Amino acid sequence: MSLLQFENVYFDNDGKTILKNICVDIESGDFISVVGPSGSGKSTFFKLCSHLISPTRGNITFKDKNITEYSPTELRKSIVYCFQTPYLFGNTVLDNINFPFSIRNMKPDIKKINELFSIFHMSADFLNEDVKSLSGGEKQRLALIRSLLFKPEILLLDEITSALDVNNTEIVENVIVSLNREGMTVLWITHNPEQSRKHANKLLTIEAGEIKSLDVLV
Amino acid sequence: MNGSNTINITSLLIVSTLVMVSLFFSYWQKLKLEKETIISVVRAVIQLIAVGYILEYVFGYKNPVFTTLLLLFMTFNAAYNAAKRGKAIKNGLLISFLSILTGTLVTLTILILSKAVQYEPYQIIPVSGMIISNSMVALGLCYKQMTSDFKDKREEVETKLSLGADILPSSIEIIRNSIKTGMLPTIDSAKTLGIVSLPGMMTGLILAGTPPLEAIKYQIMVTFMLLSTTSISSFIACYLSYRGFFNSRKQLIYMK
Repeated sequence: MSLLQFENVYFDNDGKTILKNICVDIESGDFISVVGPSGSGKSTFFKLCSHLISPTRGNITFKDKNITEYSPTELRKSIVYCFQTPYLFGNTVLDNINFPFSIRNMKPDIKKINELFSIFHMSADFLNEDVKSLSGGEKQRLALIRSLLFKPEILLLDEITSALDVNNTEIVENVIVSLNREGMTVLWITHNPEQSRKHANKLLTIEAGEIKSLDVLV
Repeated sequence: MNGSNTINITSLLIVSTLVMVSLFFSYWQKLKLEKETIISVVRAVIQLIAVGYILEYVFGYKNPVFTTLLLLFMTFNAAYNAAKRGKAIKNGLLISFLSILTGTLVTLTILILSKAVQYEPYQIIPVSGMIISNSMVALGLCYKQMTSDFKDKREEVETKLSLGADILPSSIEIIRNSIKTGMLPTIDSAKTLGIVSLPGMMTGLILAGTPPLEAIKYQIMVTFMLLSTTSISSFIACYLSYRGFFNSRKQLIYMK
């Protein structure tokens, strides 16, 4: 079943065409590795997926409905974009963990938080840590936990392991793979050729703002 | 006017060379403020001379409707200038007008109800002038801060939006920072009153022969009313203007 569909999507910014004629079907349960050189438009593609920007031309549909028919905030709760550089706000880890609850007018679910911390091999003692004192790997895992507190239908990961060591990369990969097995659709931008084919069922190549290929991986 | 000095035209012309100091620094440090300084000085002189003649007439013309219209005119001009400082702010003129007007109305109402001032032109107009001009400066600072924060903190705002947050929680830090920037000069100047500066109004009263303790009472009132108006105007302006940085799909608009 087609979950997210791009039909002849173009995106221009400042007189420059960043993406052109993007046609792609993302199916429910897909694990798609998105590859391509820097500046080819991969991150712009993700921003279009999460409706942080709108196409200049063309249509994007989510569950057979044009995304403009959804409330932007509700849509972004279903399609979560995890940025390449994790941006942590506030002062402590807790400020970041509380944020997804506070925007839903909910109290933090301690059980859920502890579960996610343990899956990502982090101690719940981290909650009161100053975000400035965290290592790159801890920041990235925290950003992922923050995105996963309310499981999205589509998870967009933009080079999230590029700054991580082998151990942290493995931890993150294992979590993402198990979430995908549970039914979460995952799109993952990576520059690592081995990683791009390791877990994905499809490989989407974007070059110079166009889709060069969408290969099914065996 | 007991004890007051009169300033003759020759003294005023000699004093006007002080403007050259400001022009010299602007030129020396390549601040490119020469044109703006000259325009502001010429405007200040013309406006003040004009207002001197007008006030002679206005203070004698005790019609509350006329006084109110004059206050609205002052508010509009202040709003126009504040809006010019925030060109990226959508509906800047309307937002500034509403913010300054509300701040002024609330403060004046308290001042009148407490009988600190009367709704007489010779009291209301100078007091409103101080309030309105202070709000104008505060709004200019708020807009400048907000525009630069929305440019520099794009990543923070988009991270929050991407988690499903609405535009208010995504912008709240920027809004708070902008309000703070607008209010800080007034708070700082209140902190240093009497230690660093003897403010214009108090100095004017003392020069005009009013006993210092009497002048201080007025200054305390002025300090309180400036704090109140600045906070009200900055708060309203920032909460009304942040929405202009987003489109109808709750996406942060690209700024050059």
